[in-house]
Amino acid sequence: MNLLINVITVVVVIAVIAVLVVVPIAVVGILALLLAVWMATTRTGRQAWSVTRVGIATIPQRLGSSSVIVVGIAGVVGVLVALLAMGEGFRQTLQQTGDADTAIIMRGGATAELSSGVSRDDFTLIAQEPGIVKDAKGKPVASPELVVVANLPKKSSGTDANVEIRGVGEQAFELRPNVKIAEGRSFKPGLRELVVGKGALAQFTGLSVGSKLNLANQQWDVVGVFTSGDAHESELWGDVETVSTTYRRTGYQSITVRLTSPEAIETLKAGIAADPRLKVDVKTTGDYYSAQSENLSKIIRIIGIVIGSIMGIGAVFGALNTMYAAVATRAREIATLRAIGFRGLPVVVSVLLETMLLALLGGILGAAVTWLIFNNYTVSTLGSNFSQVVFAFKVSPALIASGLKWALAIGFVGGVFPALRAARLPVTTALREL
Amino acid sequence: MKYFHLVWAALFRRKTRTLFTLLSVLAAFLLFGLLAAVRSTFDAPPSAAGVNRLVVSSRISIIQSLPQSLLQRIQSVPDVKDVAYANWFGGYYQDPKNQQQMFQIAINPGYLDVYPEIVLSADQRKAFESTRTGALIGEAAAKALNLKIGDKIPIKGAIFTNKSSGDTTWTFDIVGIFKASEAKMRGIENQLLFRWDYFNEGRGFGEGTVGWYIAQVDDPKHSEQVAAAIDAISANSDHETKTQTEEAFNLAFVKQLGDIGLIVGAIMAAVFFTLVLLTGNTMAQAVRERIPELAVLKTLGFSNASVLGLVLAESILLIVLGGTLGLLLAQVLLPALNAGSGGRMNFPPIGVSTWITGLVWMIGIGIVVGLLPALRGMRLRIVDALAGR
Repeated sequence: MNLLINVITVVVVIAVIAVLVVVPIAVVGILALLLAVWMATTRTGRQAWSVTRVGIATIPQRLGSSSVIVVGIAGVVGVLVALLAMGEGFRQTLQQTGDADTAIIMRGGATAELSSGVSRDDFTLIAQEPGIVKDAKGKPVASPELVVVANLPKKSSGTDANVEIRGVGEQAFELRPNVKIAEGRSFKPGLRELVVGKGALAQFTGLSVGSKLNLANQQWDVVGVFTSGDAHESELWGDVETVSTTYRRTGYQSITVRLTSPEAIETLKAGIAADPRLKVDVKTTGDYYSAQSENLSKIIRIIGIVIGSIMGIGAVFGALNTMYAAVATRAREIATLRAIGFRGLPVVVSVLLETMLLALLGGILGAAVTWLIFNNYTVSTLGSNFSQVVFAFKVSPALIASGLKWALAIGFVGGVFPALRAARLPVTTALREL
Repeated sequence: MKYFHLVWAALFRRKTRTLFTLLSVLAAFLLFGLLAAVRSTFDAPPSAAGVNRLVVSSRISIIQSLPQSLLQRIQSVPDVKDVAYANWFGGYYQDPKNQQQMFQIAINPGYLDVYPEIVLSADQRKAFESTRTGALIGEAAAKALNLKIGDKIPIKGAIFTNKSSGDTTWTFDIVGIFKASEAKMRGIENQLLFRWDYFNEGRGFGEGTVGWYIAQVDDPKHSEQVAAAIDAISANSDHETKTQTEEAFNLAFVKQLGDIGLIVGAIMAAVFFTLVLLTGNTMAQAVRERIPELAVLKTLGFSNASVLGLVLAESILLIVLGGTLGLLLAQVLLPALNAGSGGRMNFPPIGVSTWITGLVWMIGIGIVVGLLPALRGMRLRIVDALAGR
């Protein structure tokens, strides 16, 4: 009989964790609401509510051991949310860089701009293809671009890191309206001038407006700072022809164009496919940049979940200890309740509810601390063009919600076994115990 | 030591509680062990011992190449034993997703002499030297992509166009499968090495340039002066070089991935803080419910100091026991993780230094969490304690 109950308990525990992982937080809220309705309307529910109130009222007497649950779970949720926020920040930064209205054209088979090459002739041909927006003067909105990598010392470590220098065509700013000059002015075509992204400015030394930079043994002037809110902020921009001559390149690496509508991508693809001279791939920038973030954000997510799980297991045992101790100290009181007619269910619900409330408190605490410290915290890593991509942690409401679900799951596992013990304690022995 | 059984008995007075606390400590130190391994891969990327290699790359940036003519001049620098050169390729086999699975590098045959950690049979090496389109593949990559000797593999997507195929497709013949000499070097088994001369003749641009040189120095003491001498060759030219030891080169690369040390440190701070609170609570409970027993001990003649020592020993024992089990578990898990990843992850085993840091942390945490309960036990007055006041 005992074995059967234990097996059922384990199955229920696994089922509850699975449900918590799968359902959105709104469903958890609805379940909580249903619980409240049950407590207010039925007899057993009201019993459960009064037992829970007694339990919660005695928490101040066990402040030390109750804080084990709160702090333990705050630690798990804090670390989990912080790691997931790092992956999310990276994904968002890259995803925002692209959209469905612009397309990037690279050589067939190339996975990143650095391994692509497009000739000047190709650019002339592609710019005339259908589906590309024309500006007021009737020129297609297309920017031939060249990416090179330079070594610059990083502020944080003082050691050299790779920074991406993007040579852009004259239409680049019209193509990407989110790129705005925040300080100074834009570069002049034909001059060795650069504008630096806000992220690059923050990560590397010697990039402030007015400073001089030695790139490929030539002197360049920093004339402005731009913001864009996406991955381009990690880059330095200059005139594509000047970059090309400095680095002795004959062609470009990619062409970015603005489409007349998201559907025009098909028109453009068909047009390019029909021209046998062109061996290039066309993708929306949205697709291109999403693919770039996929690998790293997946790895960070897995690491976050593995670390969170190990910490979560530790926290479960902490919660078990606390709640077993709580049930033990209240054994007589619980036995008295049962002796005067309370059933097992209200007792189980009360212990479980108490643990889960403490867990929820811990989850909120952990998420709040993470939000305060890490939201918009800026870091950088190596991107697919072999250079630094600056991004900020994003502690989004969805991540906080999933952190809280973890907290509730840990609270449930930590509470259910002590709750069952409380309900199954033989009344007579418990009453006799000191 | 003669009180060991007393401490042990006290520790397991409440079996469930101690067991749960031990499991919490175990989880914390399992994480400590795993994260220490992650950190050490980033602090010191694995390299073969006693090879004394210098990496000569362009000072301008990693993507800039160097003229092949430098080879002779580097070779003539005193104390340089051997020079090899290589070129990064950056394509993929079948699917762009396989890019991480197999890094391709164009090498000159001498490269294999400079990299003794590449273990290859003599006849396979001969086949490589006599087949222009020959390629060597690491065992891990061969397994993951299901390739064997005799296969023809098309690699595409690299920046280099192939004159003979007209696009970026290059076809290689696998003539050998190599292994890493040491388990910690298994990362190199994710490489495809092919001949630089074949590559150089076919490439659409940049003929006669190489990505980087590897210079082997006869004695590590000469590394610094040799590096300076190599850089002096191309000083003030348009292809200035930057020469550094292989360790420094690798370290600079992984540093760019991010500040892993800071992330690991922050996680461990959160874990240990929680652990102190959790075990502190257990110890406080354990002492609280044992006050009459401690009073009896004192009645029997145990001094204040020995009661303090007993309680402290108990909390240290609790943490060291759980922590050791956690580190042992990490030690077992790491090779399993490495094996499971098919050579893509290569965490070093938990070293002596990790064990020592771990033990210092265990004893430190044991003292911190045991101190307050121990002081309480030491200060209790026998009469009050026995009376239950």
